[in-house]
Amino acid sequence: MSAVQEKRHIPDRLGTSFTRLFSSWEVLLLAVAIAIFIANSFASPYFLNVWNLSDATFNFTEKAMIAFAMALLIISGEIDLSVAAIIALASTAMGAAAQIGIDTPGLVCIGISVGLLAGAFNGFLVAGLGLPSIVVTIGTMSLFRGISYIVLGDQAYGNYPESFAYFGQGYVFWVFSFEFVLFILCAIAFAVLLHATSFGRRVYAIGNNAFAARFSGIPVERVKFILFLLTGLMSGVAAVCLTSRLGSTRPSIAQGWELEIVTMVVLGGVSILGGSGTIGGVVIAAFVMGLVTFGLGLLNVPGIVMSIFIGLLLIITISLPIIIRRIKPGKSA
Amino acid sequence: MNRILKHREILLFGIIAILVAGFSSRAPGFAAPRNLAGIFNDTSILIILALGQMAVILTKSIDLSVAANLAFTGMAVAMLNAAHPELPLAVLIVIAIGIGAFLGAINGLFVWKVGIPPIVVTLGTLTIYRGMAFVLSGGGWVNAHQMTPVFLNTPRHVFLGLPILGWAAVVIVVLIYIMMNRTFFGRALYASGGNPTAAVYAGIDVGRTRFFAFVLSGALAGLCGYLWVSRYAVAYVDIAAGFELDSIAACVIGGISTLGGIGTVVGTVLGALFLGVIKNALPVINISPFWQMAISGAVIILAVIFNARQEKRRGRIILRDKAAKTYQEATV
Repeated sequence: MSAVQEKRHIPDRLGTSFTRLFSSWEVLLLAVAIAIFIANSFASPYFLNVWNLSDATFNFTEKAMIAFAMALLIISGEIDLSVAAIIALASTAMGAAAQIGIDTPGLVCIGISVGLLAGAFNGFLVAGLGLPSIVVTIGTMSLFRGISYIVLGDQAYGNYPESFAYFGQGYVFWVFSFEFVLFILCAIAFAVLLHATSFGRRVYAIGNNAFAARFSGIPVERVKFILFLLTGLMSGVAAVCLTSRLGSTRPSIAQGWELEIVTMVVLGGVSILGGSGTIGGVVIAAFVMGLVTFGLGLLNVPGIVMSIFIGLLLIITISLPIIIRRIKPGKSA
Repeated sequence: MNRILKHREILLFGIIAILVAGFSSRAPGFAAPRNLAGIFNDTSILIILALGQMAVILTKSIDLSVAANLAFTGMAVAMLNAAHPELPLAVLIVIAIGIGAFLGAINGLFVWKVGIPPIVVTLGTLTIYRGMAFVLSGGGWVNAHQMTPVFLNTPRHVFLGLPILGWAAVVIVVLIYIMMNRTFFGRALYASGGNPTAAVYAGIDVGRTRFFAFVLSGALAGLCGYLWVSRYAVAYVDIAAGFELDSIAACVIGGISTLGGIGTVVGTVLGALFLGVIKNALPVINISPFWQMAISGAVIILAVIFNARQEKRRGRIILRDKAAKTYQEATV
């Protein structure tokens, strides 16, 4: 450590762009994704089939759509654990509307509006009243899903109009499902929002130091409110897709997704402490998780065992860089 | 400061008393001692689990893996009991606490030695531990007829009007109360959450305190694993799914600040009892139990709003942020 302190030389560039590129989290993750892809194609003869691969995308598209918004929220230093409960609430509202004969466009509007309202409620509690988001959203998670349980109990809604099935089961062209195309569009939209607009800069600034951000004239509370609104919106969109795909609504719909979504975001290199991360990383993390789930599924590994792998993946990918940095203290950036 | 805290617990106690009185006006007999003992017994597991969670939250951490720990440990001791009926119960309980403490220690080590945020670590171990419960059991169930009578009946044995399960909670509450108020470790828990920098200067190893908070939380979750399995007379992978949120809810309602350093044992117990009273009252007053989730959600939100009001009044947040920063610099 003392050797580092003696050297006070600061280079113009932090290494060449090549070495920086290859030591970045996203590239590491991409390598993991490719390795899993290759391992899978050796492990099962059914893996390299475009239709199977297309089916596999349904494992992660809905979660990833929410993960993009969640990434922005986590970068800003907040979190929303109520996203899966928002899906349940929005899906219940759509189900109730479908029972009284409202058609597809109306259902989509209802689903998305419920998502927005729920997001606005979270945003009001966190940004408006200044409450800690992790506890507040545990509360709203219980509240939103609780309302679904009050409405549905042990019943289920079905009987969605036929045209409603398109969002979760339709294909735009060839093997590309509507959901997959929507996932790509959302990825691009969020990447632009985060990396190419002043709004995105503000999100980073708030996550790094909300106090300083406020002194730079950034409306911290308004930005946070908008982020909760966005997360609610994406949860509403995901609710439309999932409800359409399943064709029915139970209050336990999307149970436990909030943890998988946070895992996806953190695996994508977004710091849980806020201030850093990219949408590209989240996209790759979505593929990694989708590939792991799909590959293990082809090998007849039960879903709950896959969750062990996801959990291990989360802890290992986060601790490895920290441990490596500790073993080689001289190379700390 | 002490007065406000005391005030809060009296307030919460008053609310619970009003609830009980209100329910008993609709359903006579709700406030009868036998029924209240029943409610306490029914809430025992939540109380024990919430006390472990409290110790963790006091140090500015969170343990999302308690319910998964409970499920794994419960499954492990149930299978052990089914396979080796000759093992005495005391050994099984020690094993349960041991397994729980070990799983808690894994969480604690990652938080202490690797420095990963607690929420991420326990999010990961939450899925891992529950997955391990599946691997251990192969997805099967351990049913009542496979367990020995001693294993099943000991917690149900009524002693002085309260089952042993309830007495177990009483003993744990007393032990934790003494630990929090009369031992170095208890003070260290408050100190390392309330002001990490000052804690370091006072000779407290903040990381190690956190580690032992996780071990404690794990050990109590392990004990709850046995209690849960014997109470419901069945062990399967999904037992206590989502129960970690109830334990956090009990803490928040009881006035434990999620920013660390604030909260009491009495508050936590009352928070758990509050949830227990509501859960037991709904069927009595003919409200569908499906209302329970939404009600506890609404209560959590109100409790958080209430907590924030109290913390703001003391103006501690600025101090704390500054302190946390110096602590980080000190550890680098």
